[in-house]
Amino acid sequence: MAIMPHTLAVPSNTPGGGPEGGLSDEMDERIFGAAFDGRIIQRFATYLWPYRARLAVAFAAVLTFTLTQLAIPLVIKEAIDRALVAGAFDADLLDLIALTFLGVIALNLIAMFIQEIIVGRTAERILFDLRRAMYVHLQRLSMSFMDKTEVGRLMARLQSDVGALQEFLDTTVTAIGDIILLAGIVAVLVSLDVELGLLTLSVVLALLVVRMFWLPLAKKAFMRARQTSSIVNGALAENINGVRTVQEMLREHVNFERFEVKARDNLRSHLRAAKFSQVMIPIVDTLTGAGMAIVVVVGGNMVLAGTLELGVMVAFILYVQRFFDPIRSLTIQYSVMQRAMASGQRIFEVMDVPIEIKDKPNALAPDDIDGSIALENVTFGYIEGQPVLHDISFRVAPGETVALVGPTGSGKTSITSLIHRFYDVWEGAVRVGGFDVRDLTQETLGRHVGMVLQEPFLFTGTIFENIKYCTENATLNDVIAAAKAVDAHDFIEALPQGYDTMLEQRGGNLSLGQRQLLSFARAIVADTKILLLDEATASIDSYTERQIQLALKRLMEGRTALVIAHRLATIRGADRIIVLNQGRIVETGTHGQLLERRGLYHRLYSMNYASFDDIPEDLIREAAKDVSST
Amino acid sequence: MTTTVEESIQLKQRTGQAPAPGTDNITRFRGMNTVWRILRMAACYRLRLLIGVVCTVIAANFQLLIPQFLGDAVDHAQSLLATSGASPEAAKAALATAALMLLGAGMLRGVFTMMHNYQGEAIGQSIGYELRLAYFEKLQRMSFAYHDKVHSGDLMTRGMLDIEGIRRFVDGAMLRTIVLVILVSYGGYHLISTDTALGLLALAFVPVVAWRATVSSIWLRRTWRALQERMSVLTRIMEENLGGIRVVRAFAARAFEMGKFDEASSSAIAIAMRRIQIRYSNAAFMTFSYYGAMGLVLWVGGHKIIDGEISVGTLAEFLAFMAILQQPVRQVGMIVNSTARAFVSGGRVFSLLDMEPIVQDAPDAKPLELSDGVIRFEHVDFSYDAGGARPALSDICFEVGPGKTLGIVGPPGSGKSTIAHLIPRFYDPTGGRITIDGQDIRSVTLDSLRQAVGVVHQDTFLFTASVDSNVAYGDLSADRERIVNATESAQLHDYIARLPTGYDTLVGERGLTLSGGQRQRLSIARSILLTPAIIVFDDSTASIDAATEQRIHAALKQVTRDRATIIISHRLSSFMHADEILFIEDGRIVERGRHDELLALGGKYKALYDLQSEFGRDLAGPAGAPATQGV
Repeated sequence: MAIMPHTLAVPSNTPGGGPEGGLSDEMDERIFGAAFDGRIIQRFATYLWPYRARLAVAFAAVLTFTLTQLAIPLVIKEAIDRALVAGAFDADLLDLIALTFLGVIALNLIAMFIQEIIVGRTAERILFDLRRAMYVHLQRLSMSFMDKTEVGRLMARLQSDVGALQEFLDTTVTAIGDIILLAGIVAVLVSLDVELGLLTLSVVLALLVVRMFWLPLAKKAFMRARQTSSIVNGALAENINGVRTVQEMLREHVNFERFEVKARDNLRSHLRAAKFSQVMIPIVDTLTGAGMAIVVVVGGNMVLAGTLELGVMVAFILYVQRFFDPIRSLTIQYSVMQRAMASGQRIFEVMDVPIEIKDKPNALAPDDIDGSIALENVTFGYIEGQPVLHDISFRVAPGETVALVGPTGSGKTSITSLIHRFYDVWEGAVRVGGFDVRDLTQETLGRHVGMVLQEPFLFTGTIFENIKYCTENATLNDVIAAAKAVDAHDFIEALPQGYDTMLEQRGGNLSLGQRQLLSFARAIVADTKILLLDEATASIDSYTERQIQLALKRLMEGRTALVIAHRLATIRGADRIIVLNQGRIVETGTHGQLLERRGLYHRLYSMNYASFDDIPEDLIREAAKDVSST
Repeated sequence: MTTTVEESIQLKQRTGQAPAPGTDNITRFRGMNTVWRILRMAACYRLRLLIGVVCTVIAANFQLLIPQFLGDAVDHAQSLLATSGASPEAAKAALATAALMLLGAGMLRGVFTMMHNYQGEAIGQSIGYELRLAYFEKLQRMSFAYHDKVHSGDLMTRGMLDIEGIRRFVDGAMLRTIVLVILVSYGGYHLISTDTALGLLALAFVPVVAWRATVSSIWLRRTWRALQERMSVLTRIMEENLGGIRVVRAFAARAFEMGKFDEASSSAIAIAMRRIQIRYSNAAFMTFSYYGAMGLVLWVGGHKIIDGEISVGTLAEFLAFMAILQQPVRQVGMIVNSTARAFVSGGRVFSLLDMEPIVQDAPDAKPLELSDGVIRFEHVDFSYDAGGARPALSDICFEVGPGKTLGIVGPPGSGKSTIAHLIPRFYDPTGGRITIDGQDIRSVTLDSLRQAVGVVHQDTFLFTASVDSNVAYGDLSADRERIVNATESAQLHDYIARLPTGYDTLVGERGLTLSGGQRQRLSIARSILLTPAIIVFDDSTASIDAATEQRIHAALKQVTRDRATIIISHRLSSFMHADEILFIEDGRIVERGRHDELLALGGKYKALYDLQSEFGRDLAGPAGAPATQGV
């Protein structure tokens, strides 16, 4: 019964699952792969491109910085070999060299400053760009993708993956600098003395060989450490979110024991990973010692034999000490790069999900439309070959209120989603105000078609901001008028700061009914010609219930309304009722007409359920069979 | 799926709040400065720390030997040129010795560095482990009043990033500071004793670096906090947008939402830019002062060679020593940054760890002794605000005995649910007292109290686990039969049985989505499985249609026959059969009595009854007026 979320795939039995599915699970596990993936670098490069001028300057600065660093031992060598030759001291030359040294380090300071500031800032900007690009993309993706994918997982991509890239960008520049430095050191050593240079460099070769054996083992240990971390964090998250249930059910001890096991496993795997990363240190240090020993023995003997200047030997010593620094930091950067590649892959995986619903190039944006809705022979489904709506046709006249009723899964929500073009139809057409929704811009559609969801969703912010939402030109008076219309004004005024009261997380400080009234007020402020309404199924206390019924009436006044109705009062109050079953229209008419027809509606109605959604499936099937056979 | 029945019983029976291992280390150093407190925690790993410090000292000393060997080697190599008269053989032998020494010193330095790094990391990881456990334990015990106030995302950030920040400080900054201090002080002493002026010059950059490091530490600490705050605003905006994506789409609010995002994003960028400026201008300045000192050593040292005061080897030794110092000096920035972060992160973690849950066992708490299971409210007052300015409940009195049912009704915000929260002590009353079988619930242990009381809430949290482990969440020893009994009573069994994978179906965040009504039914099943002596339904059937609710209540009759039942609902049909009904308004009982008595009274209850009848059966359940129902 252990709760291990990461090992479990999202089952595909949730309704509304799109054919492309959500984000793959294995991706989260594949943390350590290649450290260099050309395609990802290439994709990434497009985000660097706008900053190319700055990056060019930064690159020049990195180059200057590295060169000045390389030059410092050389200046010292010059001092020893020219000004400090035993028996031939030259004080003036020493002063000159000291001055040169000052010039070099001044250049070093400037270059370092430019490099770090430009790179740091640009990297930061690129990350915000990237996060924004991903966020924009998510805003445009089809609902079927969003339905399939958990918010938590998308957030992980927007945050930890972008964070991993940040680390990557920060270190990339240092890595480039390190590579240049390494190449520079090799070049300088060989040019100073080929034989001694090559001999000294042989220790690098030894290091590379050692690494080849070390890497595959270390990789496994690092991967395990990361996995255990995500297990621990998953368990923590679940206990934070479910803390009330945990306390109620007295699960504190059991959960603690289980958490302890996971945490201990995490500790162990991290210690193991630490052993692997630390074991490289004595190897590198021994090789550094070996490099110096070579310089001392071979170089020293060459100096004794007079074939090498003393300054060159000193320069060699200084270089060898610096030698492994870039290699060491490149080793660290290697794992950063691996992580970055995996993160990049995950980010671009999201970015590569195609946008299915797009504005046509010549999409229309009429300022005013009549409030009619029409579905013409619409067939639609979420999974290929499994249509949920079959050849649906109906028309809603401007100003008319039509109730959609039918059992769960009959296709009511799909119809409203199609009218708002959350999805595109497979066959047929959806018309709003006479226009095919695919010919209108999505922005126009949003301006004319409003939607009130079953579960009111409130944002962090004040009540005023929530009612106003995105209607930019709405004033406080508009908001108050809307709140009054839905009878929310009184309770809002009774709150400590009235309309300026901050809502807690998801409106936690309001009752469900109050949240619903606010979402109605929001729709009134948006003032659309057409309203799609999904009535709440949860029953609310009778006081609020009555308020809501009245508010609904005011909300629908003067608008075309298509309501997924659950309350009998709402159904009865509609101008027309459309009864759906299994994706087909079964009957239409007024409440009275439908009762008279003694069809499915009558049958379901007489079962005396509060909502058609509650009727057990087998009863419906039976009823439908009975009706069709008579 | 590994917990055995015995194990779970054992777990279940463990009462009292045993402190987590290491908790005493956490409480022991309470009240200290954050960073000092972390260090004191690290000091508890005596052996590891001892080994770590000893290895640090040894490693630093070997590192200090390297420049000396190099200097000697240079002098030997130069010996022939300097016409000091040494023989080439002796010089060669000296060179070979120096080379061997260098190799040995390098290797030993590496080995000891590895050991101290490993010890540092082990201490860091162990402290991270300790904190994580203590954090988890404390979070689970914190009262509802705390969780009401704190954003769950914030708790998550503390549990993940802040503990990680502390860990990194211990493993990255702590021992490295020791290395740095030894290298600078001991190495500095050696250099100064070799040549005072040159030694002082070589160390000239140290105070500059220390000064800049301190200044930037203050700034970075300040901006780190600001950045965290702005990033969490950004996170919240993204989270809400993605969570409420249907609203965003429905209002075609993409542009508006992007505006919100951009605003939050650019305010975060602004801080991030400031941080970069501070960090890197300091880094550049510190590097410059280091190279400046090196230039001075070269210049002054050169003149000293000319004046015959020192040898080239000594100069080489000074320069080599400075080269060794370069890496740690660079790390000063990192150490400072990591310390600043540990200060902030530690503050955030410890602030929770130091908090005591408002509701906890009294020192002399005894297990609840259940005889009949009679619950009494005696003049109970309660307020959510500390000052009690807006009382949520005033002077509530009632008694429910075994087999009896109490109904509570009232307008939203009247305090109905508050009553449900007080019984298992999720909050404590501000006045009056609550007793079970005559024992004040504050005098008994929380575990025994909560075992005796079952509350079914309106909101149900599902854990990412199978249906059966969700139902059996409170009792791991429950077998399938008991689970099925509970779900049958809660009218959920038929639905589960029809699922392809039945009771093994995964639900919760990563699993199958259940409707509100199904979740509530699961929650009911979860509570009745535990057969509590007192059961409270807190609006727990709001999303369940009246017909199903009636079936649930009929099924529960068997279960609640000899138990006290409290039903809080706005739907009168839920408790019309109750032995007593309270009508609550503004936290006070305004009417009380049986259903028919209250109707006869013609007050608020009657008005509510009329209101519900007006809506007819869609509120009250099947077939017309509620009066004919369920009585």
